[in-house]
Amino acid sequence: MSNLEIKKTVLKVEDFYVSYDSDKNAVSNVNVDIKRNQITAIMGPSGCGKSSLLRAFNRMHELYPQITTEGNIYLNDVNIASLSTTDLRRKIGMVFQSPNPFPSMSIYDNVIAGYKLNGIRQKKSERDEIVEKSLNDVALWSEVKDSLHKRGNFLSGGQQQRLCIARTVAMKPDVILLDEPTSALDPIATLKIEELLVTLKKDYSIVIVTHNMAQAARLSDNSMFMYLGELVEHGKTKDMFTKPTDKRTEEYLMGKFG
Amino acid sequence: MSKTLKLEILQATGNQKKRYIKNKIFQIFVVVFAIIATTPVFFILFELIKKGIKQINFDFFTKVAPDSFEAMMAVSSGKGIPGGILNGIGGTLIMVTVASIVAIPLGLLIGIFLYENGKSRYANIVRDVSDILQGAPSIVLGIISYIWIVKNVTHGFSALAGSMALAIMMLPLIIRSTEETFKMIPNSIKEAGLALGIPYHKILLKILIPTGLSGLLTGILLAISRVIGETAPLMLTALGNPTLSFNLNKPVDAVPLLIWQFYNDPNLVDLVWSSSLFLVFLVLVLNLISKRIISKRK
Repeated sequence: MSNLEIKKTVLKVEDFYVSYDSDKNAVSNVNVDIKRNQITAIMGPSGCGKSSLLRAFNRMHELYPQITTEGNIYLNDVNIASLSTTDLRRKIGMVFQSPNPFPSMSIYDNVIAGYKLNGIRQKKSERDEIVEKSLNDVALWSEVKDSLHKRGNFLSGGQQQRLCIARTVAMKPDVILLDEPTSALDPIATLKIEELLVTLKKDYSIVIVTHNMAQAARLSDNSMFMYLGELVEHGKTKDMFTKPTDKRTEEYLMGKFG
Repeated sequence: MSKTLKLEILQATGNQKKRYIKNKIFQIFVVVFAIIATTPVFFILFELIKKGIKQINFDFFTKVAPDSFEAMMAVSSGKGIPGGILNGIGGTLIMVTVASIVAIPLGLLIGIFLYENGKSRYANIVRDVSDILQGAPSIVLGIISYIWIVKNVTHGFSALAGSMALAIMMLPLIIRSTEETFKMIPNSIKEAGLALGIPYHKILLKILIPTGLSGLLTGILLAISRVIGETAPLMLTALGNPTLSFNLNKPVDAVPLLIWQFYNDPNLVDLVWSSSLFLVFLVLVLNLISKRIISKRK
């Protein structure tokens, strides 16, 4: 890859396969470049392999030994298989479907957990700064600044999810992966998260899995449509929604299945 | 149309009446049986308090058990039975402490192992063995501890042998409660930790254990309250000791052992009630504390 291409591409997926058992692939033969500082949406009906692909980016699938992968993924032209999972996951953060702040920790400790529990020594002032900046980034600072040392369980679902994004952002990753981050939230909280993601893309590259087509259309710069483990189509969201090239994409976008 | 509709309503109300009556009868049954099931507890407490309270005084907690002759003389001269159960309280304390020191870390580790490797063959075997252990009669565990510790380690009845018997009893309770507690923590909490690049041992120590702390504590307290009243295994291991002793190599007494000894001595038999009251009260307090922890968690 030329330097310019590396600059534009943050994640490069090459001939990638994921399988849960030997005879069936959850993801098969995916080739795609994910662009830096843009939002990429992965769409598709349930079971199409979109989450499996997303979880391969930070090697979360390794938690389950029955899952095997084939092919390569490069982060900034470095094969992710050559990195330690610790390093990789600090560079590629992840936000989950339902808000999951650490229940035993205060809001402050939740945001700083990635540093504290990785044994990174910092002065208190440094930590304070990271917490304030991360919470500001997710527009949560003004709402929680007086209760930083309380546990986060009094927060609403949307606030909790923003706290989880703050926890990820605090690590200053290159990429943020989001696995249907708004499916457990009400429309107003969803809107807030979406606005937040748009502001975050100037600093981070974002990959979001969603089965909500409208969300993908509103939010993303690029879209990928997956069906039965196959990457059917990918490209600029605008193009894909106006003139899809594949019949299956068209049918999915028209609501004929999914 | 209106006629058929009315008819339907009439029928419906007939059915509803029947349902209402059935419902009421069932409700009464449930309430009555609930009362029947809980009354023994109140009878036991009432009986113990009635017969035992007069023996409970300062001496009861600060003096060792009297010997038979002393007690006979005191009673014949019109005084109450002198002495108390300090040797039993001390022995129970030391044995439960040592049993906890052995069983809690081991139980937590095995419980964590089961949670992490829930479906592996080896984990299933461990789980089954732990269940079998939970069902093993306590006297059998006493005999095992007798053979292992009394015969081979301390060469005589000892607090250590009693502790081991109690520890073996506590182990399966702590293993299962640990596993269940960790299972209640959503998997996504663990994944969130891993997704931040946090090493696994830190996730366990700083995230999972603090999150499940109340559940773990409850399991431990219930295990303690379960073994605190055990008598049979202690007869074969701790034996009993009329003096207060904290020596692990020597025999000690325990509150339930004392109850058995008092029961067998016509001059001391009155102390059975106060000792039992004390023991029941202790278990009750432990249970109430764990209930409080559970309700706080919710």
